[in-house]
This record gives sequence, C-alpha cells and structure tokens, in this order.
Amino acid sequence: MSNPVRVLVAKPGLDGHDRGAKVIARALRDAGMEVIYTGLRQTPEMIVNAALQEDVQVIGLSILSGAHNAIVPRVMELLREKDMTDVIVIVGGIVPDEDAEALKKQGVAAVFQPGASLDAIVRFIRSAVPV
Amino acid sequence: MKTADPKTAERQFTTISGVPIEPLYESVPHDVPPPGEFPYTRGIHADMYRGRLWTMRQFSGFATPEETNRRYHYLLQQGQTGLSVAFDLPTLMGYDADHAMSLGEVGKCGVSICSLEDMEILFRGIPLGDVTVSMTINSPAAVLWAMYLAIAEQQGVEWSRLSGTLQNDILKEYLAQKEYIFPPRPSMRLVTDTIEFGARHTPKFNPVSISGYHIREAGSTAVQELAFTLRDGIEYVDWALERGMAIDEFAPRLSFFFNAHSDFFEEIAKYRAARKIWAMAMRDRYGARSERSWKLRFHAQTAGCSLTWQQPYNNVVRTALQAMAAVLGGAQSLHTNSLDEAYALPSEHAVTIALRTQQILAHESGIPNTPDPLGGSYFVETLTEQTESAAQDYIRRIDEMGGMIPAIEVGFPQSEIAAASYRYQREVEAGDRVIVGVNRYQSDDQPIELLQIDESAAQHQEQKLASLRARRDNGRAQQSLDALRRAAEGTENTMPYILDAVRAYASLGEIMDALRSVFGTYQETAHL
Repeated sequence: MSNPVRVLVAKPGLDGHDRGAKVIARALRDAGMEVIYTGLRQTPEMIVNAALQEDVQVIGLSILSGAHNAIVPRVMELLREKDMTDVIVIVGGIVPDEDAEALKKQGVAAVFQPGASLDAIVRFIRSAVPV
Repeated sequence: MKTADPKTAERQFTTISGVPIEPLYESVPHDVPPPGEFPYTRGIHADMYRGRLWTMRQFSGFATPEETNRRYHYLLQQGQTGLSVAFDLPTLMGYDADHAMSLGEVGKCGVSICSLEDMEILFRGIPLGDVTVSMTINSPAAVLWAMYLAIAEQQGVEWSRLSGTLQNDILKEYLAQKEYIFPPRPSMRLVTDTIEFGARHTPKFNPVSISGYHIREAGSTAVQELAFTLRDGIEYVDWALERGMAIDEFAPRLSFFFNAHSDFFEEIAKYRAARKIWAMAMRDRYGARSERSWKLRFHAQTAGCSLTWQQPYNNVVRTALQAMAAVLGGAQSLHTNSLDEAYALPSEHAVTIALRTQQILAHESGIPNTPDPLGGSYFVETLTEQTESAAQDYIRRIDEMGGMIPAIEVGFPQSEIAAASYRYQREVEAGDRVIVGVNRYQSDDQPIELLQIDESAAQHQEQKLASLRARRDNGRAQQSLDALRRAAEGTENTMPYILDAVRAYASLGEIMDALRSVFGTYQETAHL
C-alpha cells in the first residue's frame, strides 16, 4: 500500500464562500487522502508556498467569484518558477467552458464545474497522481 | 400510527433538511391566533397582502457605478418597487479598486464603490426620498451608509424621510459568508454605532438586516438558519441595550432576511416559526412594550445554491416555487434569482423573467388575496411547531455558551453548518436527494447568453480614483481620517466621524484602513 495522496485545498481571492472547498476537503479525507485546507483569502504566492512546504502532489483551487482568469495563471507561473510543475492543479467553481479550456491549456489538469460529483473528483485525483 | 402501504413503509420521507415526515397529519398541535395578533405566526398584519403587496426588490449591481445606475433605471421602469445594491468583493472587503487584493475581482460580483463620487454616480437621477434602497454590505456598512446619507444631503432629502435597509449583519459573516474584516467585538461596536445613530436620525431606515440567507447558502438546515439568525438578532439586542438604549427605541427597526429554499412546506413553517419565536423573545425576554418591536419583518431571496448549472431554464421553475413559499410565508419583500445565476451575474433578459415571476405571483396566482392561506393545515401547523421547538433548542445551547460570540469563537455554529452541508452533499451523491438535470434526468445543455464583465471596469475605477485623489483637498481628507482613528480608539459613536471622512472624499479603502489600524483584522480557524 502506497502512502496517501497529499492534497492542498486552497481558497484564493477575496471570496468567502467556502462551502465547496470544505465539502471537497472532507470528501478527499474520507477517501483516504491527506488534506491540508489553507483557509480563506490566500494569494497565489501563499498557496504555492504552502504547497511547497506541505509537499503536496495536488493543489485544488476553489474559485466562485469569476476571478479565476487572473488568479489561476499566476499560480501556474509560480509553480513553474519554483520548479514544481509535477504538482497537479485542479480547479473547482464557477468557470465557464471557454475559460476552462483556456486554463487547461495553461497546465490545469482538470476543471470541475457546479454539479460535479465528489466521486468524480476523487477518481480523477487517484488516476492523475502517479503511484 | 395507521398501517402504511408496505411498498412505502420502508422509505424514509424527510424534508430537504432531514426532518422526518409522517405518513399523515391529522390534527393541529393547538389553535393559532389570527394574522396581525401576537405572536404573529400567521403574519404581522391582519390583512397582509390585501393591504399592500410585498416589495419586489431585485438585488443588482455589477461592473462600474455608471453601468449599474443604468440597470437601476431599467429595473424601475420595469415595475420594480425598490432597489437593492450588490457590491463587488473589494468593496465588501473594504479595499479600493487599486489595492493588490482586488486583482481580478473589481466589478465581478457587484458594483465597485471606492468613494462618495462613485455613490453619487450610482444614484444619479434616483430620488432617494421616493425609493427604498437596500444595501448588501457588512464589514464596511457604516461607510457605505454614510455615503448614502451624504447623497441624501446633496439631493436635499431629509434623513428622516429615507427608507431602506442596510444589511450590516456582521455575525453571520463569521458563521457563513466570511466577509469579515475586524474581530467580532469591534465589529459589533460598529454595528451598535449604526443602530444608535439610526434610532436618532433615520427613523424609517433599518440599520441591520439579520440574515439567515447566507447561513443557509453555506449548507445549513432550515432549523439552523432560523436558530442562528434569531440568536444573532438577540446578540444585537443585547449590545444595543448595553449601550444604554431602550428596547422599544431600536427593536422596531431590526429587520430580517431569510432564504427561500426548495422544500416548500419546510420554508413556510420556518417563516411562521420565526415570527413566533421573535415576538416571544421581544416581549418575554426583553420586556418590549411596543407591538412594533414584537413584529418580525423579513426580506426573502430564493436559494442561489439550489440553482443548477445544468439545464438552466429549470431554474425559472425552482425560483417560482421558492418565491411562492416566501409569499405564502408572509415575506415583506422578495428577490427572485435569475435563471443564469449559477453561471454569472444575471443578464437583463434573465432578471426580467425573475421579476415577472413575482408579478405573476402577485397578480395572477390569487395567493395574496387572503392572509396565511395555509394556516390551520395539519401539516403546516405541525411543522411550524417542530421547527420552532428545534430552533429554541439551538438558541438555548448558544445562550448556555454565553452568547453568539463565544459560540463563534469555539466554532459551534460553523461546525454545525459544515456537518449539515456535508451530509446533504453525501445524500445527493448517493442519489437519495434527486436534483433534476444533475443526478437524474440529465441531458445535453444548450448554451445561454451570459453577462460578461471584463477588466475594463477595474481600469475605469482605478483611473477615477487616481483623478479624485489628485483633485480633492487631501489635507481635509487626512484630518478626517485622523479624527476617525481617535474616535475609534475611544468609545464615542463613530458614525459622525465616518460621515466627515466620506464628505471629505476619503476613499473606502482609506477609511477602512484607519479602522483596521485601530481594530486589527480577524483570521478564522477553519472548521471542516
């Protein structure tokens, strides 16, 4: 049995609606993963530093405010700067289809839109993280 | 209990909040006094909507004050009867548009307001003496309210004529929506300052709208929404009394804001129970003598969290049912969500359908023809009593903890809400809760047209602010901020100082920074 997957669930931007982030954090934990939840109002710098310190394999960003096009590219850029491109980034929240495609082109592994099932997210992480 | 059909006997029937539903209801727990009579379970007025319909108030704001002002004029032309301002996240968090934390957020979730100048533009051509205006603003509520009062001065409208509502409910921010800035106690001092100032100067303005809406959106049950909201209300009352005010001086102007969720009867029971609990608390716990203090008045908004991204036109139907529950529950004003709000702020087309939904309820359904049409229903009366008693249990537990602030500090309501929201999501996941178009009856969606807000709003706001800072009397602005800081360090009411700073065109961010320097900021411990 390999070590559990380590996931950082992060809530960037000014928005405080953390229902989704908390539900996902619990679901991943119940699925046997080690989950670190950053809490609210994290800048991209804080998120990438936390990911480095906690040595996570996955970063999950929860964004509902429409600020994803400003925030996610900055996270990806910082990961490249710190040579952390092996960290898998997934995004959940209110992200329109065309924005989701653009984020994937920038290296986001998956975007989960409203209505996505918890199981689908768990399955995706399991399949994406190298054993 | 009678024997049930064996096929249905094993199946659990529960409300959306998990309250068990009996196979049949055959009696009411007790008789309920008529509408307009204590404890107002059946409504606060004897004639309810026969006397006056509810206020149709669509929450609206996006991009720049210029664009939102155009939307307000449009909504008023379409027959909307009150305005409700949605502010963007930087405004809600007390940052100017040019602050680093405002990156990507300016004008996205509401309108950006950085100074009195923006507020002047927002209300251009709207006579504040003739419309009622609700403002959804919390941590910086005193500042935005001061801007509103300053505009009334400019328009030559007496403050005593102003009618409207400030959300200004900081406690639910710690519980649910998390748009707090300062720690709970200095935040409560600011709210108390506005309640006190309002009681003296704006007798027709509601200085606080005690809100369950956000608690419910964060995933609470109906009972939690009710209990935590009313207990928040009790906390504001305690602070105002502590300040030396008399209960009947301010209680009549406390207003409430509830969610209108999907479980039809559970929602109606919630509103009925809310009126009863509040009336009893005001009369028996606080000795209020004025009937106006006993009456719980509330605004309702249909449940944003119930809207689905999939098959968005279904949201029109959900919203109509939820709005119907709010009206059957005796709401004083109502916002109906637009079909596209799972994606974005609503387009003009979508918001018009939402408003028409209310107009159809008002003028075609016949529901407003008699007060509390469901009064006396075995089911509704029983559910009302169960909801009341479950909420009273929560209120007692929070009393035992020493009030809402100690309860927040130990994370009690936060944990209860998080547990409820997780339980609900698990039920959806397991298929025990059906969401049409999401976990059953799925089909391919056709794309809908959405309101787009680009970064030009941010640039526009930043430029205006830079030009204002170059133009204004900076000495006067600085002096007003220094005076505010000193007032905040002491115990005086801060409202007159905030008004001075606003009139001197100090920006929202500058005023909030002055208060941050005295009060500090709050970081929560996350309760998963």
